[in-house]
Amino acid sequence: MKGKHMANWIDACGTDDIEEEDLIRFDHGDRTFAIYRSPDDEYFCTDGLCSHEKVHLADGLVMENVIECPKHNGQFDYRTGEAIRPPVCIDLNTYPVKVEGDRVFIEI
Amino acid sequence: MPKRDYSLTGASTKRALEIGLATADWYHSDISRKEIKALMKRHNGPAIWHTMLYYGLMFAFVATAIALWPSLWSAPLWLAYGVLYASGADSRWHECGHGTAFKTQWMNNVVYQVACFCLLRNPTIWRWSHARHHTDTIIVGRDPEIITMRPPDIAKVIALFFGWDSIQSFFKVFRYAISGVNADEATFIPEQERFKVKVVAQIWLLIFAATLVTAVTIGSMLPFLVLFGPVIFGSWHYVLTGLLQHTGMADNVIDHRLNSRTVYMNPVSRFVYWNMNYHVEHHMFPMIPYHRLPELHARIKHDLPEPNRSIPEALAEVFHALRVQLGNPEYRIQKALPETARPYRYDLHAEALGLTAAH
Repeated sequence: MKGKHMANWIDACGTDDIEEEDLIRFDHGDRTFAIYRSPDDEYFCTDGLCSHEKVHLADGLVMENVIECPKHNGQFDYRTGEAIRPPVCIDLNTYPVKVEGDRVFIEI
Repeated sequence: MPKRDYSLTGASTKRALEIGLATADWYHSDISRKEIKALMKRHNGPAIWHTMLYYGLMFAFVATAIALWPSLWSAPLWLAYGVLYASGADSRWHECGHGTAFKTQWMNNVVYQVACFCLLRNPTIWRWSHARHHTDTIIVGRDPEIITMRPPDIAKVIALFFGWDSIQSFFKVFRYAISGVNADEATFIPEQERFKVKVVAQIWLLIFAATLVTAVTIGSMLPFLVLFGPVIFGSWHYVLTGLLQHTGMADNVIDHRLNSRTVYMNPVSRFVYWNMNYHVEHHMFPMIPYHRLPELHARIKHDLPEPNRSIPEALAEVFHALRVQLGNPEYRIQKALPETARPYRYDLHAEALGLTAAH
C-alpha cells in the first residue's frame, strides 16, 4: 500500500479497508505499521512487528482492545502499546491517528 | 552433516544462526484472512465444559480410589486418575500456555499453573521454552523441546513412559529454588522474568514438604498417590502422543510438513490430548484453539501429507525411525504430498540438509 505525505501525517488507508475489530499492515519506506479498527469504530496505530520476535502483527487476532501475536500468542493493548501477556515484555510504539472523511492518517 | 550439538549455546546453535535456520520465515499453507480469523476466534464454552469434565473425572477417580485403598480394586482408578493428572495436564499446560483454550485469560492462567504443578514444569521456564519451540521447531541448537536426539537414547525413551520427564523436573525444582536458571535457559528467558522461576520453585518445595509431613504423620503413601506420584503411572499417554509429534521426521527444516506429524486418534486420546494430534496444523497456525483444529485440518489437508491413521500405525513408524537412527542419525521420514499440495520448500533449508536447492 502506498502512502502519500501530508505534513507529517501519512495517508495510510481508507476507513473501510479495515474490518471492525481487525487490523491491517501498512508499510511506509522501510518501516511497517499495524493499523487497527476497534469494536467502537476507533482507529489506532502501532509498530507492525511484535516486540518479541519481529513477527507481523497483521496476521494476528484482535479481541476488543487487544492484539494477539500470531506466532507466540503474546498480547498487547493496541491503544497504548502495553505488553500484557508473555512472551512479550516490551511495549509497542504507538502513533497518533486521525480520520478525515473516509481516510485514515497516521503521524510518524 | 556436522555432529549435532543439542545444547543451546554450542556449535549447532552457531550454525543455525549462520545459515538462517533460527527465527526463520516458515512455510504456511494458503488460507484466507477471513477464514483464519473465523477459526482463531475465542470462546470460553468448549474449554469450560471440557475442563469441568476433566477435573470432575479426576475427582471422581481419585475419591473412589481413596475409598477403595488399599484394595487392589483401586488400581485401575489410580491409573485412570494418573493419566488425567499427568497426561491431561500436559495438554492443558500446552493449550493454556498458548492462551487459546479460553477466551478469558485468567482461566488460561489458572489451568496453566495447575497443570505445570502436576507435571513439575516450572511455568516460566516452560512458557518461554515453548515459545522458542514454536520459533525454531526441531532446529538443533535452538529448540529446547526436542525429545529424541540423534542418535536416539532408547533407554531414555522407555524411561519417559514411566515419568522420567517429571522425575528430572522434580530435581530441577531444587536447582530453581536455590540458584535459578542455567546458561541454556538464560538464552530464552528474559532477565526480568527469571525471578518468577525461583519463587514458584520455592512454593512447590513447600507443598512437597507439606505432602511429606502429611504422609509421615498418617503413616501412609496415600498423599503421594494423590500428588506428585501420578506422574510415574500417568505420563505414558502424553509420552505416547508426544513422541508422535516430531520423532523420526526431519530436523533443521523450516516447513512444518517435513518435521511434524498429524495422526488420526480415538476420541478418548483426543480428549486427554486436546486435539494436538493435528500437530502440523497446530505448528502452522498456533493461534487456532484446540477445538477448531479439526476444521483447520479439513481446510488445509489438501496441502499436507496424508495423516497416520491411528496411534499404533504412527508409533510403529516412530520406533522404526528410532531403530534406523541408531545406526544412521541422518535418517528421516519424508511423507509423500498429495498432488494438490504445493511442493516441499527445500530451498528454505537446503544447506542445513546438505541438499541442493533444486532437490
